[in-house]
Amino acid sequence: MTQVKGKKTTKASKGSNGLDLATYRQWYETMVRVRKFEERALKMYSINKIRGFLHVYIGQEAIAGAITSALRPTDPIATAYRQHGIALSRGISSDLCMAELFGKATGINKGKGGSMHFFSKEHYYFGGNGIVGAQIPIGTGIAFAEKYKGTDNICLTMYGDGAARQGALHESFNMAMTWKLPVLYVVENNHYAMGTSVTRTSNVIDLQKQALSFEMPNSSVDGMDVMKVHYAMAEAAAHVRSGKGPYLLEIKTYRYRGHSVSDPAHYRTKEELNTYKEQDPINQFRDYLIKHNLLKENELEAIDKAILEEIDAAEAFAEESPFPDPAELYTDNYVEKDYPFITD
Amino acid sequence: MSRQITLRDAINEAMVEEMRLDDSIFIMGEEVAEYNGAYKVSKGMLDEFGPNRVIDTPIAELGFAGIGVGAAMNGLRPIIEFMTWNFAVLAFDQIVNNAAKTLSQSSGDFSCPIVFRGPSGSAGQLAQQHSQTFESWLANCPGLKVISCIDPADTKGLMKAAIRDNDPVCFMESESYYGFKGEVPEGEYLVPIGKAAIRREGTDVTIVSFNKMMEVVKAAAIELEKEGISAEVIDLRTIRPMDYETIIKSVRKTNRIVVVDESWPFAGISSEVTYAVQKHAFDYLDAPVTRVNSADTSLPYAAVFVEEFLPNPAKVIAAVKAVMYR
Repeated sequence: MTQVKGKKTTKASKGSNGLDLATYRQWYETMVRVRKFEERALKMYSINKIRGFLHVYIGQEAIAGAITSALRPTDPIATAYRQHGIALSRGISSDLCMAELFGKATGINKGKGGSMHFFSKEHYYFGGNGIVGAQIPIGTGIAFAEKYKGTDNICLTMYGDGAARQGALHESFNMAMTWKLPVLYVVENNHYAMGTSVTRTSNVIDLQKQALSFEMPNSSVDGMDVMKVHYAMAEAAAHVRSGKGPYLLEIKTYRYRGHSVSDPAHYRTKEELNTYKEQDPINQFRDYLIKHNLLKENELEAIDKAILEEIDAAEAFAEESPFPDPAELYTDNYVEKDYPFITD
Repeated sequence: MSRQITLRDAINEAMVEEMRLDDSIFIMGEEVAEYNGAYKVSKGMLDEFGPNRVIDTPIAELGFAGIGVGAAMNGLRPIIEFMTWNFAVLAFDQIVNNAAKTLSQSSGDFSCPIVFRGPSGSAGQLAQQHSQTFESWLANCPGLKVISCIDPADTKGLMKAAIRDNDPVCFMESESYYGFKGEVPEGEYLVPIGKAAIRREGTDVTIVSFNKMMEVVKAAAIELEKEGISAEVIDLRTIRPMDYETIIKSVRKTNRIVVVDESWPFAGISSEVTYAVQKHAFDYLDAPVTRVNSADTSLPYAAVFVEEFLPNPAKVIAAVKAVMYR
């Protein structure tokens, strides 16, 4: 891992790069939480505790880690369906997320959203959208509302390399730049739109370049390195927060698993996968922490153990929770309480 | 007190009055601001409310509909104007997959108080792509409310109710009736969403319709009266939720019904009304439920095709005589 030189700080508790140990710990914990949560979710899927689609984030955790430090907790986030890690990074508990995957009444969305749709107003988390690219205009609209209300919040709008080919992206980029909306677009380029390589879907494979025709500032960063992602995202966020309008940050990352649990990922080579696994964001950062004597092996093991206990508890919580009352089918379709549904 | 104003001005008054009351309301769409609206519905709004609340967009229906959805999720109350509902097809992803579903997906955490509005239906010789109705497409989708009305007074009250509603509302107007005048009360009033209006009381047959087909039905009812047939005319006004009660009550009185609907016949609004009537008034019917829809075709350009395609008073009169066995 390359140590990124950041701004100097006078505070003794902070390192030469301006970040304190608590931030490192938070990154490590977040990444391990996301990894362990999803490994458990895959296991639970294999024994039918979880159904529907399940798209896991394994390999991409550095992005979830960096979100915890590069943004303010009140900055809204809109993202796509590969979203457990983003929700967890926002502080939605493993219990509530796992119970949602189990379709239980205690889930973050009462068993109504499932894997693709976690939402939490309390956490400024505007969801998990299942239509590829649909969250791009929505995130732009969330940012529009922040500007309209005169806040200094910015909306982190995340999408993948598949969504980068949707028309909604171009329409949103154009309006966001025209109106200088406070939106930070992050494209998580994991190189495959389901089974289709990014190189097969456009003549332009550097996704940051999509900003150019709107004269939107942009950059690209190695998404396997949490520290690099943090700095790139923090810098982009500062630009957006200053009122200068949107910014596109491309994060080059990789998912180790298939598109969803049903995808064996035959469209890529083992060698390619192994190249990325060698740069695993958690292992890489763990080595960095030990090498620089920031956290000791036994401290990291203690974190790993605590996270595993948290995931065990989340599984138990989900397992023991009740399924929703079927009558809940008729709630949350309309805000209006006595909406006259057709029942015959 | 009331005065004669146009449908265009009635909608304008509704939006202006609501925007004066609530700063979180804004209007966004193509040509709504500096051009004063493609059909002048938003005339004067830029001058009164300024460019932060009356916003011209590029031609990007999917994009600005989605921006509206995001803004609604984040505490604002957008009015999204489509130059016509034909163009809104580009935005159906945001209307159907997001505006309609956000509340359910988020288990009630994020509502989407938004009004999508614009003209619907044929408006002269505009040919295939500019002549369609979308009430049945959108009313099929739970999570949405759908209003379709041209009566200026009711449209004003319904538009105000739609803007205040906490659920997403699709509002269908009529391009060829923006200049249509009607008595509109002075002062503040709302018309409730989900209630039909009996425009004319009658005893022999019920005719149900909405939007500009109401004028076709009214003309037919006057002719029928001359022939001694008393038609009860119901304006649905709201398509979803539909006011079945008013329809069923009327059919139980007249024992006959004709549904006049500008949409295509397959799974149209007429089909929905027909199901409800056979289900809830079967024993009261003295004739099969009959409908008059637009033809089951695309609408070509030439005037003869428009005439052939659309419901008209003669077709309605023929349908009524059929259910009267006359």
